Amino acid sequence: MQMTAQAGTVSAAPRAKRLWWRDVVGIALIAACGAAGYWLFPDNLALLTRIVAVALLVLSIDLIVGYCGVATLGQAALFGAGAYAAGIACVNGVTEPMTLIAIGAVAGAVAGLVMGAIMLRAHGLAQLVLSIAIVQLFHEAANKASAYTGGSDGLAGLMVSPLFGIFEFDLWGKTAYLMGLALLLLVFIALKFVVASPFGMLCRGIKQDPLRIRAMGAFVFPVLLKMFVISGAVAGMGGALAAISTQVVGLDSVSFELSANALVMLVLGGLGTLYGALIGTVIFMGFEHMVSAINPFHWMTMVGALLIAVVIAAPGGLSSLFERFSASRGGKA
Amino acid sequence: MSDLFRVENLSKSFGGLAVSREISLSMGAGERLALIGPNGAGKTTFVNLVTGQIKPSAGRVVLNGEDVTGLGAVRRVRKGLVRTFQVTRLFSELTPEEHVTLTLLQREGKASRIFSRFRGNSAVADEAHDILGALGLHEVARRKVGQIAYGQQRLLEIAIALALKPKVLLLDEPAAGVPSADTPRIEQALERLPPSLAVLMIEHDMDLVFRFAKRVVVLAAGEIIFEGLPSEVAADPKVREAYLGNYANARSVA
Repeated sequence: MQMTAQAGTVSAAPRAKRLWWRDVVGIALIAACGAAGYWLFPDNLALLTRIVAVALLVLSIDLIVGYCGVATLGQAALFGAGAYAAGIACVNGVTEPMTLIAIGAVAGAVAGLVMGAIMLRAHGLAQLVLSIAIVQLFHEAANKASAYTGGSDGLAGLMVSPLFGIFEFDLWGKTAYLMGLALLLLVFIALKFVVASPFGMLCRGIKQDPLRIRAMGAFVFPVLLKMFVISGAVAGMGGALAAISTQVVGLDSVSFELSANALVMLVLGGLGTLYGALIGTVIFMGFEHMVSAINPFHWMTMVGALLIAVVIAAPGGLSSLFERFSASRGGKA
Repeated sequence: MSDLFRVENLSKSFGGLAVSREISLSMGAGERLALIGPNGAGKTTFVNLVTGQIKPSAGRVVLNGEDVTGLGAVRRVRKGLVRTFQVTRLFSELTPEEHVTLTLLQREGKASRIFSRFRGNSAVADEAHDILGALGLHEVARRKVGQIAYGQQRLLEIAIALALKPKVLLLDEPAAGVPSADTPRIEQALERLPPSLAVLMIEHDMDLVFRFAKRVVVLAAGEIIFEGLPSEVAADPKVREAYLGNYANARSVA
């Protein structure tokens, strides 16, 4: 056998095991950061809860963009579907918070099914345009159906029951934040299993070469549609969390602007790792919060400058810096 | 006829340009057939028509007595009509092991499962191990495909195809682009293909064609101009004309 292999036969077997440990450490780190936020910023728990809700949205985009290669600028349609479903259920007497999260997940999943069924008819730019059209339609529908959604005034007056009948949603947002953090961790762990499943591998294959996947005898459309449904459920939970924690649902939750910002956060953090989605969300929203406090007029300029700096210095997103760091460390060891 | 695989009057034209004209051929189980012809003769188009990547303008594709012309590419693969690609189409970020495992899971109908681990199926893992071992891809089984030699990538294309347990295998230039030092490895893999499998191979390397095929079909300008034994092909006047008319490709036939 004369195959001209470039490198030696090192680093073959232990790969899978090492990745497994990395995820355990990663999830522990997320929990630690979340807990640290709780202790360090007790006055900003509302902002932190908002970050958690948006992090769920950005995670849901990563599933579609990072793992399937389908670009979307309309993901807030799914977030908003979850937010309005939870909000409408709440003002109609369903006030148990975990039930509301579940309602948000189901509404998001249904919206994801519709959105996927439409978007997957097209490819490339046309697909991107469709995603924008869909979020605009959702926005307009929410605006027009003001009897249910409150229209442009928003849906206010959500009175959520105590969590598990014990923990009241307090003025400082402690309960909402801790519930959101627990939800985020659970979703993150579940998604780590999803992307490590045969289904997750199939999606990665489709992202690289759908024709190859078909030649392997697998249909592409149902796989992508399934990912849209999962993604919708995740985004919908984010929307429901935002509704519960702020007790109001506004039209901004189904906006193009939120969709675009969330995509920017994902690119900032890095695609296709799930970690990048969290890092990007925290950095973007944290930076936005700090800079807008320092300079309320020019903060967008600063955010723009940050984006340009990151894209030039780390084209793979901030999470790729960790990869590079650990790779260079691993090389020396 | 008890042919395993049959193509009847298969034609394809793009606009006014006919790229395949009334191609008919049939193969029995275990047959080894080579399809040759100058560049632009329509060989890859023929494979695309047969496997359903493109729809024919006219004609039929029959597998095991069943007309599969109306089926899409995916269903044809599931019925046992499998191809490899002339330019390897592999996932550069995945390993050979992952490629074959994914293919096996698909064959078993388990590839879209969410509530299971990718490596959790030991029967599949064993089979992947055997397939990769038989093609000498053991040592690189867990390296990213983007980092392995091109000859190994070609072997992986064959491994993926074999993992699908095909009845008919269409190999689109399995040795193209492989350094000559590595072609014996490809040839060995071709010799070891399952005996009952019907194999149609497109290939430019005439030495390989002569050693592999029991029957040769020559395609020129979308038409079959010769069908017969490998020993007769070089002497055929029509074949000579087709290759000489396309001077740049006259290389190995003559």
